[in-house]
Amino acid sequence: MSKAIREVYGTVLAELAEKNKDIVVLDADLSGSTKSAIFGKAHPERFFNMGIAESNMVATAAGLATTGHIPFVNTFTVFLTTLGLISTRAQVCYGNLNVKFGGAYCGMSDAFDGSSHHATEDIAVMRSLPNMTVLVPSDAASTRWATGFAVEKQGPVYLRLSRDVYPDLYDENTSFECGKGAVVRDGSDVTVIACGLLVHKAIEAAEIMAAKGVSVRVVDMYSVKPIDKELILKCAAETGAIVTAEEHNIYGGLGGAVSEVLAWGGAGVPTEYVGIQDTFTESGPYKELLAKYGVDANGVVAGIEKVLVRKKK
Amino acid sequence: MSLSKERCAELDELCRVFRIDVLKAVHSIQSGHPGGSLSVCEILTLLYQEEMNISADDPENPDRDRLVLCKGHAAPMLYRNLIEKGFLPKDSMATLRRINSQLQGHPSNHTPGVEMPSGPLGIGLSAAQGMAMGLKLNGSPARVYAILGDGELDEGAVWEAAASAPKFALSNLTAIVDYNKVQLDGTTDEVMPLRDLEGKWKAFGWNVIRCNGHDISALHDALENAKKVADKPTVIIADTIKGKGVSFMEGKAAWHGKAIPDAELAQAIEELGGDK
Repeated sequence: MSKAIREVYGTVLAELAEKNKDIVVLDADLSGSTKSAIFGKAHPERFFNMGIAESNMVATAAGLATTGHIPFVNTFTVFLTTLGLISTRAQVCYGNLNVKFGGAYCGMSDAFDGSSHHATEDIAVMRSLPNMTVLVPSDAASTRWATGFAVEKQGPVYLRLSRDVYPDLYDENTSFECGKGAVVRDGSDVTVIACGLLVHKAIEAAEIMAAKGVSVRVVDMYSVKPIDKELILKCAAETGAIVTAEEHNIYGGLGGAVSEVLAWGGAGVPTEYVGIQDTFTESGPYKELLAKYGVDANGVVAGIEKVLVRKKK
Repeated sequence: MSLSKERCAELDELCRVFRIDVLKAVHSIQSGHPGGSLSVCEILTLLYQEEMNISADDPENPDRDRLVLCKGHAAPMLYRNLIEKGFLPKDSMATLRRINSQLQGHPSNHTPGVEMPSGPLGIGLSAAQGMAMGLKLNGSPARVYAILGDGELDEGAVWEAAASAPKFALSNLTAIVDYNKVQLDGTTDEVMPLRDLEGKWKAFGWNVIRCNGHDISALHDALENAKKVADKPTVIIADTIKGKGVSFMEGKAAWHGKAIPDAELAQAIEELGGDK
């Protein structure tokens, strides 16, 4: 089975709000796209369309949070984390207010709209804010968990969501934990630490490499902040090489977060970074974009092969 | 009901004392914003010491009134009011802007009595709007006050909230513009003309009241008027004077954010009727 991540998010939010009357949802005229409209239809009295005004939307949510509500703000990832950023920093995070951020079209998932609508720096932006939790679900079950976790957790939470359809990775009974990653495929020669779409691409890459006799471990780092230090250091020690993989600039995102842990732990092993290579992207079919910018299975394979050469030296 | 002459006189005396205390604090650390603190003095003092239903003994009461000081640089006047209401220790003004102080250069909600962090201009009205929406959902009778600077109206985000608050019929929200006509680099006319300010707010769907922002009685009447409007938010455009009460500061952009030398402090205190 595979499901559109935005669809799962909108549906789960509407379901959770049946029991939790504190949940309110705001959108910036993109509710049909972000799927917050599913909530809006089910709970119109708790749904606010703020118009195309992201700054106003986030700051309004900050105010709503101080009156006991749990606001979820929704728009395309790139607009949320740029136009909505001033309030995110100065009110929500500084004030440690209970606002939840749904970044709907992460990476290049809004493919045809081009670079202006792609989000390739949002993880870097959001994880640099004190008090912010950053979660990157990789399938329906983890999206369901992350949305529920955001409701329960006191304080700001950022959900990096995709427009795309992801195959199921976990069964519905899987237990997730903020601050933890999951080994979704074991291996001994190299570890690919990925998030979101790239977890699936890493699994594909691991299969390609298995045929070549290389044993690849794949970690789904769905909790980017806080991050699972213990697991990263364990993988470095056990496999001796790391590849990070994300639909994001190679700077400041998951790759940056993993490297910080490796350096901190004195666990430096050869590391390669699969991601957007510090460039702006372009319009096109999603699959072709992923291939061109090296964030598909072949891109991960290339990263693995590079790191293995360095590991041997 | 109008405020009695006696009560107005009491509040005027509080304002006089608050002005001196704020200037002393800003002088002591040789950093801060005297001009805008003096212009907003009556507005904040009337709200905190007379109008708002708040208590330091019950700071989390869900039905308390809220205030967002959107023009966060006037923080010293906010702190002096919070001290008077018992939210902060009496001697805390001396810690303004110093290390480990509760009195940050711009307001933080980690300071008792402060409801929302502020400092970056343009986003305070939106936050106040969110409070008003939340209180309305909760069925609370509480009111929300947003205090904006006039220079702040340069920020486009202010007009996002100006558009949305009437859409949500937030009659429990009152915005007050501290219209002192001077911002950091010069007058508002020089830096960015505000043109027909009343007309702009009216066009966005607000109940607009204009009054003298240093006249406690007129401000009080404007706040009462706002409570009678059932279907839209109110904005009070309060004509004020930057640096009000100190002759050499009045109307001068130079005193927006300037340290006060010793001799000038002494003169200012004298002009304000002395440190009794």
